[in-house]
Amino acid sequence: MPAFVASPVAAPHPPPTTTGSTAHPPTSTAGSATHPPTDTGYAALPPLLRRITGDEKHEPSANSTLDVLWVLYDRILRISPQTVDAVDRDRFLLSKGHGPAAYYAVLAAKGFIPDAWLDDLAGPDSPLGHHPDRLLVPGVEIGSGSLGHGLGLGVGMLLGLRAQGLTYQSSGADQAGGAGGVGRAGRVGGARVYVLVGDAELDEGSNHEAIAYAGSRQLAELTAIVVDNDSATHGWPGGLASRFSVNGWTTTIVDGRDHEALTDALTGHDGIRPHLVVARTPAKYAASEPGEYTTSGSKENGHA
Amino acid sequence: MRDAFTRAATGLLDDDPRTALVLADISAEAFAPAARRHPDRVLNVGIREQLMIGVSGGLALTGLRAIAHSYAPFLVDRAYEQIKLDLDHQGVGAVLVSIGGSYDAAAEGRTHMSPGDVALLDTAGPWTVHVPGHPDEVGPLLRAAAGHDDAVYLRLAARGNHSPHGDGVSGRLVTVRRGSGGAPVVVAVGPMLDATLDAVAGLDVTVAYTNTPRPFDVTGLRMLVDYVDPVVVLVEPYMAGTSSHLVGAALADRPHRLMSLGVGREDLHRYGSAADHDRWHGLDPAGLRGSVTRFVTG
Repeated sequence: MPAFVASPVAAPHPPPTTTGSTAHPPTSTAGSATHPPTDTGYAALPPLLRRITGDEKHEPSANSTLDVLWVLYDRILRISPQTVDAVDRDRFLLSKGHGPAAYYAVLAAKGFIPDAWLDDLAGPDSPLGHHPDRLLVPGVEIGSGSLGHGLGLGVGMLLGLRAQGLTYQSSGADQAGGAGGVGRAGRVGGARVYVLVGDAELDEGSNHEAIAYAGSRQLAELTAIVVDNDSATHGWPGGLASRFSVNGWTTTIVDGRDHEALTDALTGHDGIRPHLVVARTPAKYAASEPGEYTTSGSKENGHA
Repeated sequence: MRDAFTRAATGLLDDDPRTALVLADISAEAFAPAARRHPDRVLNVGIREQLMIGVSGGLALTGLRAIAHSYAPFLVDRAYEQIKLDLDHQGVGAVLVSIGGSYDAAAEGRTHMSPGDVALLDTAGPWTVHVPGHPDEVGPLLRAAAGHDDAVYLRLAARGNHSPHGDGVSGRLVTVRRGSGGAPVVVAVGPMLDATLDAVAGLDVTVAYTNTPRPFDVTGLRMLVDYVDPVVVLVEPYMAGTSSHLVGAALADRPHRLMSLGVGREDLHRYGSAADHDRWHGLDPAGLRGSVTRFVTG
């Protein structure tokens, strides 16, 4: 056992304001669906990011995942610091565990972890490392970092939720996106699974085992988000979305900085097939682009 | 043993809604009736072993008890990183059930052999490892494993002993044949027992059996061996020396002698039968007898 044992702590921020089913007890529901967007919360991120990276020079937009993570936690995911253990919570899996500064900043902004944790990244007693560990960080669903593990785990989670009746095959009534049954009749269920991968991470063959199977099984409650900053060494001729669509997924390609477009895309599943959102962000390795926060900026560390 | 597993796992799926079976095509036909009854909990992912373990980890993260099953070289060797990360690192367990360990599928060639599966799991873990020696030992071990959430590996052999042995599911070493006081102790794991008993006929040795080499019953071993001059022979159906480090640690406080018999490391590039490979690796009764005799009299 590590000397440090993480436990959920008092949230330094009030939980996100929602207008949904907050009357339901957290033990039986995972919170409301599809939060209304907040106007001011996003502004909290830059100082939080700077506490992690110590980087005063680059704008937060240097983090390719920041906007999609914000939109997920602010508008999409039915999860809050009070419901991190709810059996029917939505699951978010950061498959690409690299450069997790944006992830930690959003978790802090939403009250899952104390801001103070951000000041000691990868220290000997820090729960936050260069790759996240689910046993150390409340709200983190998987420990990740080795590329190509999130989709397989996410498929298994979804099948486990289905087998326990915590999600159900959407029938079209769910097309508003993740509304599930919770907000309607207090019904437990309706959980969805979201997995974020990088475009270079898709190089790993294990992803394609999961993509093909999820399509074949019509895992309608699964959404994959590929943050595409053109970092795959050999690219994806014909478009990376085609690797999903040929296996029976619905796909949407959006500007990864556009919160409204991301919201539409992330709620655009059809209730029948698994859904892919490609979030396009500026190319990572273009000479003039600021680097994503990394330990070295080198692709040899497996950043994807 | 494979049939015993099919029966026991099918019964578990019927009786315990927490159990889920994950297959990668292997044995899918045998589980077709169970799949018809429990389509949400009998999951055949196709020939995708990385996904099989990833799915098992995901199921476990939602509170289910996953049972994943395939040939050992694909279940363990191929999916090693998924075992390490999708199960161990996430803090969840599963029941992995293999067939085709070592050279049970000798005629298929090296691609279908896995002598190193238990050694690999020793680098992850901690894993409980069951190596039943008789089909009747399979059901109780599987049912016990399904009742908790720890990591369990159940290694099913194509061949076995004529009768079941062992102390239920306790994992303790059981004395099958008692030598004189202080006699060398031969520990036979799982299906190696009958060949071992044949091999030591007429020799003054104690023979102990276990179908649970992990956790290894170090307390039982210390009670069996001579206090002053411990002499131990391990006879294991997987890579020779796999359990040496545990015996060494168990007897670290006194001078002792240990010989570890098992499958050699070399790729022989040969087909033939499992009995042929027994002979080539010195694990047939004649080979074992020669090794044990030289060691205990030497």
